[in-house]
Amino acid sequence: MFIKRVPGFEYHAPASLDEALELLARYGRKARVFAGGTDLLGAMKRREIVFDHLINLKGIKALGKVRCTKSRGLEIGALARLGDLERSAVVAEQSAVLRDALNVIASPQIRNLGTIGGNLCSAVPSADTAPPLIASDASVTLAGGSGERSMPVEKFFKGPGRTVLKTGEILTRITIPNPPKNSGGAYIKLMNRNAMELAIVGVAVQLQLSKDGQACRQAAIALGAVAPTPIRARAAEKVVAGRVIDENLAEKAGEAAAAAASPIDNFRASGAYRLEMVRVLTKRALLKACERIREKSNR
Amino acid sequence: MREIDIKLKVNGLDYHLRIKPQRTLVEVLREELGLTGTKKSCNEGECGACTLLLDGRPVSSCLVLAVDAQGKDILTIEGLSEGERLDPLQESFLKHGGLQCGFCTPGMIMAAKALLDENPHPTPAQARRAISGNLCRCTGYQHILDSIMAASKAIGKKE
Repeated sequence: MFIKRVPGFEYHAPASLDEALELLARYGRKARVFAGGTDLLGAMKRREIVFDHLINLKGIKALGKVRCTKSRGLEIGALARLGDLERSAVVAEQSAVLRDALNVIASPQIRNLGTIGGNLCSAVPSADTAPPLIASDASVTLAGGSGERSMPVEKFFKGPGRTVLKTGEILTRITIPNPPKNSGGAYIKLMNRNAMELAIVGVAVQLQLSKDGQACRQAAIALGAVAPTPIRARAAEKVVAGRVIDENLAEKAGEAAAAAASPIDNFRASGAYRLEMVRVLTKRALLKACERIREKSNR
Repeated sequence: MREIDIKLKVNGLDYHLRIKPQRTLVEVLREELGLTGTKKSCNEGECGACTLLLDGRPVSSCLVLAVDAQGKDILTIEGLSEGERLDPLQESFLKHGGLQCGFCTPGMIMAAKALLDENPHPTPAQARRAISGNLCRCTGYQHILDSIMAASKAIGKKE
């Protein structure tokens, strides 16, 4: 396919969030905010998205910050680049499940441009950062003309390409609460090749085990690419909660997770194959998360 | 649409330009500055042919607005050699046959350059991962990988 050049627009580079919100309020639907650009520029070249005013958020330094505190957990500015997060020691320490996802998004070249906020705002059902964030009970904070609002990441998505963001609102940060003791997670992405690929199925698991590393105290399981939005598989969580996770139980949880999924058939995979893979990968992710927690407590 | 004045630092040199804000970095390098070493192919970030380094990190320059590359160090394939003296990676690609048609080569070398700058002695798996965003339709990648690993050894000898 012949891809055209980016169509013309009026360029705005606000230096503060207030300035950006003011521009967004002024131009409304005729404006789009610009972060990493890896999704937006492609969509503009293909004329899938047409608008008059481009508001570049990258000049707003506060939006790119990452910090971790005892009281609030890991706060990631929406403009933080996927590649910087992939290389971040704090992210690796706080959230293995998110780091797994950061490692397998697109390619190094794309990760050095794309942002975590953009990954969520594009609202692709296969967005890799979404299942780990949902499984980690993360929340998003949205800023608008009338102030801020926050919600669980799970509630952020409305459908393919659609989020709860209203015209005039900007996603400013993602907050992952501090994980309790003896907890850990894993994200497994099924792909046809090892890079530049959307997930056929993505499964994220975040667990807390009892002190002796045996029974599961809390479990969160989230799935990507098997429903119109990333989803949480609560029935599968109930299967493992309070019990010792062995291969048998993990298998049963996988079946419950597959029951929560409603995947489509497309050129990447059939719905039936995806269901089968949800079952298998949920099992593997559960066992991997357990293994990581035990390894960590033995350190 | 209004044109804007920008300043780009490419391979250590400052360029003052007046461009439309929708121009991508690869377009401006090739069409305004005549730096055609950076290739434009898929134009949507899939192929890696337009890879260059922004502040030392590899990026797809078809997905960067030129206006957004201001204030950053832009390193292209033209910035690697010093006159007739080639970069160890360039030498190695020549010596080990890391190219056939050559179209992916600048992007491939820039991706490898970012890797070796950060990690001079990568494992083959790390090298494969570093070029995972670069497509080559001729070589089957093995000679490219050999070239990168050999360049890594050459760096060790010079130190």
